Amino acid sequence: MSNTSPLKIVVVGHVDHGKSTLVGRVLHETGALPEGKVEYLKEVCDKRGMPFEWAFVMDALQAERDQGITIDTSQLRFHTGNRPVLIIDAPGHKEFLKNMITGAASAEAALLVIDADEGVQEQSRRHGYLLHLLGLTQIAVAVNKMDLVEWSESRFHEVEAEIRAYLGGIGVIPTHVVPVSARGGDNIATASTKSPWYQGPSVIGALDGFSAAASVTDLGLRLPVQDVYKFDHRRIIAGRIESGRIKVGDRLVFSPSGKSARIASIEGWAGSDISVVTAHAGQSVGVTLDEPIFVERGQVAHLAEGAPALAHEIRARVFWLGRDPLALGDRLKLKLATAEYHVEVAAIERVIDVEDLGSHQGAQVGRNAVAEVVLRSRGAMAFDSFGDNARLGRFVLVHGYDIVGGGIIAQALDNRNIFQVDHQVTTESRARANGHKGGVLWLTGLSGAGKSTIAMELEKRLFQKGWQINVLDGDNVRHGLCSDLGFSHEDRTENIRRVGEAAHLFARAGMLVITAFISPYRADRDRVRSIDPQAFHEIHIATDLEECERRDPKGLYRKARKGEIADFTGISAPYEAPENPELALNTDGKSVEETVSELVAYVEAEFGRNAVESRSA
Amino acid sequence: MMNDLDQLEAQSIYILREAFNRLDKIAMLWSIGKDSNVMLWLARKAFFGHVPFPVLHVDTSYKIPEMIEFRDRVATEWNLPLIIGQNKAALAAGMSPEQGRVTCCSALKTEGLKALLAEHGYTGVIAGIRRDEEGTRAKERVFSPRNDTNEWDVRDQPPEFWDQFKTDFAPGTHLRIHPLLAWTELDVWRYIAREGIPVVDLYFAKNGRRYRSLGCAPCTGSIASTASTVDEIVEELETTKTSERAGRAQDRESEDAFERLRAAGYM
Ligand SMILES: Nc1nc2c(ncn2[C@@H]2O[C@H](COP(=O)(O)OP(=O)(O)OP(=O)(O)O)[C@@H](O)[C@H]2O)c(=O)[nH]1
Ligand SMILES: [Mg+2]
Repeated sequence: MSNTSPLKIVVVGHVDHGKSTLVGRVLHETGALPEGKVEYLKEVCDKRGMPFEWAFVMDALQAERDQGITIDTSQLRFHTGNRPVLIIDAPGHKEFLKNMITGAASAEAALLVIDADEGVQEQSRRHGYLLHLLGLTQIAVAVNKMDLVEWSESRFHEVEAEIRAYLGGIGVIPTHVVPVSARGGDNIATASTKSPWYQGPSVIGALDGFSAAASVTDLGLRLPVQDVYKFDHRRIIAGRIESGRIKVGDRLVFSPSGKSARIASIEGWAGSDISVVTAHAGQSVGVTLDEPIFVERGQVAHLAEGAPALAHEIRARVFWLGRDPLALGDRLKLKLATAEYHVEVAAIERVIDVEDLGSHQGAQVGRNAVAEVVLRSRGAMAFDSFGDNARLGRFVLVHGYDIVGGGIIAQALDNRNIFQVDHQVTTESRARANGHKGGVLWLTGLSGAGKSTIAMELEKRLFQKGWQINVLDGDNVRHGLCSDLGFSHEDRTENIRRVGEAAHLFARAGMLVITAFISPYRADRDRVRSIDPQAFHEIHIATDLEECERRDPKGLYRKARKGEIADFTGISAPYEAPENPELALNTDGKSVEETVSELVAYVEAEFGRNAVESRSA
Repeated sequence: MMNDLDQLEAQSIYILREAFNRLDKIAMLWSIGKDSNVMLWLARKAFFGHVPFPVLHVDTSYKIPEMIEFRDRVATEWNLPLIIGQNKAALAAGMSPEQGRVTCCSALKTEGLKALLAEHGYTGVIAGIRRDEEGTRAKERVFSPRNDTNEWDVRDQPPEFWDQFKTDFAPGTHLRIHPLLAWTELDVWRYIAREGIPVVDLYFAKNGRRYRSLGCAPCTGSIASTASTVDEIVEELETTKTSERAGRAQDRESEDAFERLRAAGYM
């Protein structure tokens, strides 16, 4: 009896191409089925009045047998004669892609099954692509149901060429392409006489050619904290070593907090008297530290050398399983090792068409699609790129109660070694978390100049880009904050003072605030500026009086001219235009769209990611 | 380097620790069979000698007496927080295997368990099922949701990969946690041999027969065997081709008997 762990092999491919049949057959040929199992299944098939189905070995659910389709993944062990294997059957129907991923994600190698008659189909490609994304590079192909094409050598080569071309496009060279008939048992365990033209190995031979995943013990230490126990006098930090090794006396650094302490002991359990001084990847351990630093679930312990990346923003390749599409600005929970981060979709850079491997721009990622996205987290995330260390380079996405996708990290976008994150939430940490600075965009201009329209449109555009944004205008302050005020000079001044204070409070909380008030008096505006001159941007919506009066959207100018409204700015009260506004926008002859685009460009340059970077670099 | 048992052990411990960390109120089911003994052992390892949650035993009253003796002895020795439940109403009304095996199992085990869960308000129960036991268990998740009436929706299970388990649920739902899902019967015995885990004597052959799987007395048959030590059992299993549950009567009533039992809340 060997005591090596079984090699995990997943069987994937398009619906009905014969995956479960092949698995059933492999288990039978290798003597893995218990006595009486085949006879029992014969009985089951007879009762159902159907020919014998090898797929029923794995398809154990009634719904699966009734519909002749695999719904959920299952796995069983067998021995090839050379080594133990855990074979994982995956469903091919696209409705059950989440179950296919469930089966495939733990595999070290894969067998892609393709129907010789139907050839390469949509899920053959999608599964191939996803295997590659999951980090699987060892793939063998079985061209199944050769009996349906009368064991035609040329048809086999056609299908072989087709799948080789597709896999080649994603950089995968199949280890073998084997012609088989799963139902007939041909080329499963031994060479079949029906394919004298085929010289390669049988399916079992191909599986024997796979090698076990490389050990991660030699990578840098990653020990994500799973829990902290205090059952007795010991304070034990528990977790599984994902890569690398530890020994008593090692100085552990915990990211993202940056705190560090030495390993005082590696704990055993009461009843075991063996004292342990080292441990390595794969082990679930517990350690005590020589200093009582604050440690909690989610932090990653590592050595000072070879630290993980630390960033707020990552570029990742995700596969989306949610019923509703993934959209820009969506907020999700990201689970990486034992940590949970709240992230926002900051950009959808490209959606990958797994059919032709082309990519296109898209604002949304549909169910079962793959895309490259930028995710932004409120707090710093500790991780590795998938290429550097897969175990800390992959994550799942949770929305509400559900796991709605997974992904692998391509790179950090704002990687820096912030080892000591201070506990106060600073303006800068807010800006980093939001991906933009907070501030006040003070729109000023005559009635009818277009302030509100522009403000609302700008808000919408920035919101879609994932900005923290809020508009203050007459409508939302006059009913509450300033409901006690009228339109006299003093009241207008007080109104602007209150709005200015409120706007700056929001700005300090990290938001970009757009205000839309006529705010006719220069002194009032300057007072607002003086609250925080760095954050205040005065934007003059410089539509002239003539144009405003011509537009007169609410008929106010007409009434003011008739003397029905007193103190009307521009007619019977002054408008003091800004002398040095940060930006003056002339809206004459321009669409709202154009003006807003100009403003968006300005805002991105002044408050956007680059402004955050240059400020904090 | 880690051998296969080391890896299974490390993974099971990881699962137990996840369950303990992520769920408010959990308990472990203890059937007194070999698997749940291994599970208890793993819990003691995971939590450094403590079992930080109650251990539940659903007593059908049809268990073999030796099992009950074993339970009480080990519970005292290991200082286990044991809670015993029983569907007294059904027993008083005369429930027995004569009413039909599936019916009896549902009433005494499934309903007995449901009552116990409801009474204490557990949001998670740890159960020692394994994939290699039978086909529907091979389809299980490690963290497997049950709705408010304890039903298992096999047609729509949550995705589960990279050891990221679904632990967020709408109120009313609870979880079955399966730390031994990846183990086989042979792994269990090899681990029992390696660690010296106590098991009830009924597993060892006397007069040419032994129990391979322990359930209720009327529904569990013994098998012909001469294996009278753990090592001999390991040896026997390395060559046998009969299935473990072959001795369990309730599985065989119809093609879908076991699936129906499980969908309704059986382990
Ligand atoms: N003629 C022929 N039929 C086969 C062969 N292998 C499988 N089939 C039949 O193809 C049908 C589908 O087989 P399954 O094994 O259920 O296919 P699958 O790929 O597992 O399907 P899903 O899991 O639902 O995606 C069954 O009716 C099988 O009997 C083969 O080699 N030759
Ligand atoms: Mg199938």
